[in-house]
Amino acid sequence: MGRKLLLEKAHVEGIRYYDVYRREGGYRSVEKALKSMTPDEVTEEVKKSGLRGRGGAGFPTGMKWSFLAKPEGVPRYLVVNADESEPGTFKDRYLMEFIPHILIEGIITSSYALGANSAYIYIRGEYAWIPDILEQAIAEAKNNGWLGKNILGTGYNLEVYVQRGGGAYICGEETALIESLEGKRGNPRIKPPFPAVKGLWDCPTVVNNVETIAAVVPIINNGGDDYAKIGVGRSTGTKLMSACGNINKPGVYEIDMTISVEEFIFSDEYCGGIANGKRLKACIPGGSSVPILPANLLLKTAKGEQRMMHYEGLSDGGFATGSMMGSGGFIVLDEDQCIVKHTYTLARFYRHESCGQCSPCREGTGWMEKILWRLENGQGKLSDIDLLVDIQSKIEGNTICPLGDAAAWPVAAAIRHFRDEFEWHVNNPKECLQRNYGLAHYADPIHVPTPA
Amino acid sequence: MVQFSQENLAKVEEIIARYPEGRQKSALMPLLHLAQEQWGWLSAETMDYVAGLLKLEPIEVYEVATFYTMYNLKPVGKHVFEVCHTGPCMLRGSDDILAYIKEKLGIGVGETTADGLFTLKTAECLGACGYAPMMQMGKYYKEHLTKEKIDRIIEECRTQAAANN
Repeated sequence: MGRKLLLEKAHVEGIRYYDVYRREGGYRSVEKALKSMTPDEVTEEVKKSGLRGRGGAGFPTGMKWSFLAKPEGVPRYLVVNADESEPGTFKDRYLMEFIPHILIEGIITSSYALGANSAYIYIRGEYAWIPDILEQAIAEAKNNGWLGKNILGTGYNLEVYVQRGGGAYICGEETALIESLEGKRGNPRIKPPFPAVKGLWDCPTVVNNVETIAAVVPIINNGGDDYAKIGVGRSTGTKLMSACGNINKPGVYEIDMTISVEEFIFSDEYCGGIANGKRLKACIPGGSSVPILPANLLLKTAKGEQRMMHYEGLSDGGFATGSMMGSGGFIVLDEDQCIVKHTYTLARFYRHESCGQCSPCREGTGWMEKILWRLENGQGKLSDIDLLVDIQSKIEGNTICPLGDAAAWPVAAAIRHFRDEFEWHVNNPKECLQRNYGLAHYADPIHVPTPA
Repeated sequence: MVQFSQENLAKVEEIIARYPEGRQKSALMPLLHLAQEQWGWLSAETMDYVAGLLKLEPIEVYEVATFYTMYNLKPVGKHVFEVCHTGPCMLRGSDDILAYIKEKLGIGVGETTADGLFTLKTAECLGACGYAPMMQMGKYYKEHLTKEKIDRIIEECRTQAAANN
């Protein structure tokens, strides 16, 4: 059983409330940081830990913090990205709903490191009941002297506020989130300037994911070196995975990034295998934006090695034969699922969520949705498949923010690995309305060329 | 004339105080949520009222209200079923749930029942993929949906409505 840092106490009765959380060792990182460390020392520990942003991009957190501009007399802000909206991802919700104090604790320690006196948690609007839980946790923390003025008598002040979004996936992009927090439409900004220099209300701002901020707690408690020892290579620490789709045990799991994909799917400790005794067909391992893989390439890399559940393992083979860790939204498809239909729902999602600012994304996502609908409903042509490839290639890299890439990649990957299923839809327009293509050859052993 | 309740007016003060002086525009989305809680939807009159409270031009409010899908720009039923139908929910049978609700209520997506009790909408990923199929109903999620569960939910809403009449 792997080491748990974030969910270690998840099953302690009443851990949602301050008294229990404190009794179980909560808020020690704040004591340690504020009383015995300078802000730079806190940042240094986070750098040493190798922690990478848990929202999807995987950018080193310590480095992001060190980019924060510190002009005299200008306030700095920490904004927590709780706009969890990537299909397949529901891990931050779990943390906030059941262990809210770990987020509040992480915010205090992180804000101290950044020199921020106000922090905002921007949470997706649909999680409408969670702000109450967070605000209660904030009030409890404040009543016990962890927030407000002169925290622990150190002269450090901090207030934390919760802001609800309005149902826009794009606001998970950090500059769109800032725009939204300023009371505007969620249109991403052109970078540079980066938020570290010009963010919320034009002030230096760090935007970090909920899980990232929570991970600061064990990093400060046990030291960055200890955190870096867990995992493999540049995949340090633990990662929350939200597993869903056709598995026996959907839910949120903390992994220490030393296990294989096969173990994650089939062991009883995690997903518990494919539901209803079906066979595994495909999986999107890191949230809907990352490439889908057929069963054979999911479990083994193109080199024939076991694929591992960490950043490097999941991306082994690049986009040709690999995928990405992304946000950790692990979507499993069984043999009865239709790749064309699934891809269509994702294309519809991205069309719905495009902010409309950049033409390639605004127009391209709409075209992809329409063409995929045609293919799914037996009205497509063979040339539509290449048209999709063409459209997605013209979106990728041509937009202000990564939503364009996020919309393009799932379509590209589905056609890359499942082209014959798309062709079958075209060639069997009536049959594809009656039944699905099935498992076909997608779980067959991959041919690994052996060196001569 | 549109006006927040006394209780909500106190909340407005508290919300505006979360932001630095002169940054009250940040209170716009929280205030629109509050307005929607009080009136169920956002009429042009309501949006103009919020603009006045925050010293904004009405257009600044309209452009935000029309961008975010959670704001209702026309009246909706007392209970709004927002059924998620994105990939992960689709894999777990959201199509059947949606079809069942349509049949049971006799309305299509985007429609409201004649008694004004139910509105049916589809939603894109609500972050409950592990508990699919699911829908949002007001402030809360209804997860692990089955036909029986839908029956129960509809029944409860009708009983509650009958009790209030």
